[in-house]
Amino acid sequence: MSDVQNNAPIERNDTEDTVWVQEISFIDSVPRWLAMSFVFFVFVGTWQLVTFFEMVSPIILPTPWETLLDMIFVGKNLLTGGYMLVALWITIQEVILGFALAIALGFSLGILVGETAFGEKAVMPYLVAIDTMPKVAFAPLFVAWLGFGIESKVALAAFIATFPIVVGTAAGLHSADENARMLFKTMGATRMQTLFKMKLPTGLPQIFTGLKIGAVGVMAGAITGEFLGGGKGFGELIRVAASQLNTPRVFSLILYLSLVGLVVYLLVMHAQRKVVFWHEERVGAHD
Amino acid sequence: MNTAIAQDNAGSPSLGEPVYELSNVSKTYARNLVVALDDVSLTLRKGSFTSVIGSSGCGKSTLLKIMAGLIPPTQGRVALQGKPVTGPRRDIGMMFQQATLFPWKTAVENIVLPIEIRDGRAAAAKAMDKAHDLLDIVGLKGFDGVYPNELSGGMAQRASICRMLITEPAVLLLDEPFSALDELSRDMMNMELQRICREQDATAFLVTHSIQEAVILSDEIVVMKPRPGRVAEIVKVDLPRPRTLDMMTTPEFGEIVEYIRGLLDKGEDM
Repeated sequence: MSDVQNNAPIERNDTEDTVWVQEISFIDSVPRWLAMSFVFFVFVGTWQLVTFFEMVSPIILPTPWETLLDMIFVGKNLLTGGYMLVALWITIQEVILGFALAIALGFSLGILVGETAFGEKAVMPYLVAIDTMPKVAFAPLFVAWLGFGIESKVALAAFIATFPIVVGTAAGLHSADENARMLFKTMGATRMQTLFKMKLPTGLPQIFTGLKIGAVGVMAGAITGEFLGGGKGFGELIRVAASQLNTPRVFSLILYLSLVGLVVYLLVMHAQRKVVFWHEERVGAHD
Repeated sequence: MNTAIAQDNAGSPSLGEPVYELSNVSKTYARNLVVALDDVSLTLRKGSFTSVIGSSGCGKSTLLKIMAGLIPPTQGRVALQGKPVTGPRRDIGMMFQQATLFPWKTAVENIVLPIEIRDGRAAAAKAMDKAHDLLDIVGLKGFDGVYPNELSGGMAQRASICRMLITEPAVLLLDEPFSALDELSRDMMNMELQRICREQDATAFLVTHSIQEAVILSDEIVVMKPRPGRVAEIVKVDLPRPRTLDMMTTPEFGEIVEYIRGLLDKGEDM
């Protein structure tokens, strides 16, 4: 009885392969560059339409074409070493110095609060309190203390970028698991050995996350410093262009500035890939 | 009494001099006044394999930490090779549930880490040859330069066995070393562990939750009871060596397993 039931479907099907097509969603079959270009063209297309039908005043929103022309103009000035390059170099210096200062400070404070009980108990609450403050509000203070030169911008940039590095370092130091700590104890490791040979390398992924957030913050800090404290940097060029209602110029300056930010970010990411080679971090879920 | 000892020696001919001795060891945690261990006495003999088994809260991990020199006992004497254990020592090797290999170091660099910590980089470099030999012994020949990410769970535990053996410890403390592995790998690793221990004439102390694992590996099984953690009975296993996985189906094996289960169930009633 059961034999008959079992045999019947097999006889019908045993000449055919059970091959069927699994559905793949459309977006999975599209390469990333194509998907990104699509969004780009939709964005620029909408922008073009809005400006073509003058839905917004041309003073507020320039056409994509005007912006492109201005970008070429600014690009030429930068490449030929014009006054914009001088301004950009000042901002780049602020970013580099600010970031270096933030790394040194953030790393030291991170080890203090992440490794010592004193730091954790006595220093961490103050850091948390300061971190919750709107740090930009300190800009006038830095100008008052350090003047209108590059120093006040470096200070603000470092001030903003330090906290994520502190948090990343402290979290990284806490990320070692109980077994690893126990193993180092059984090996008779000193506190310094445990810190440098185990806790710090274990925490590198978190430390780099802090560095990446800091890299974004340092750019914001430098430009905010220039907006609020004058000087001769790229932020000043943007401020002047905006006050003259030269919106295409503002747009193209911001785009070039974002390139600088991108380079800093990519440098940190590259360093992460080299240093933390065992830890894979993914850009997008579909990669 | 004498006949009993004679029988034991016949069952496990490798029994040697006492290596690790605990007498009347007790531990009360100051912070909550919990008595974790109450009057535990144990002797590990050279080349013997001892397991400790018991439900959670029976003080197994406290016992292991005391034996590793990680925490002090409140009372009693703890002596390895005649010298009291007052802290971590290089003649104590330890292995955990997780392999705990560091991903930024290659297999061989992980293995010489205990040497690097104790004697510095130069000594670690000198120990490389020995690490190669150990990898060979555990069946990981040619995996020297491989990073832990590329090792399977069982392979990682093999590497951590090497790391434990590199300092030639007098006693191996094994904290459920294969319990994170699947059952097939676990059986195989247990047989490997037996082979390695025999080849090295190692004195081993295993904490486990599995009665079968304890019986197949051990010469003696310390059955513990909780609240307060104490020794219920020390059961001798007279199965011949080398043990094989086939022995797990023999009536003798089943008898010992049943006996230990009975002891553990009595503890549960309390």
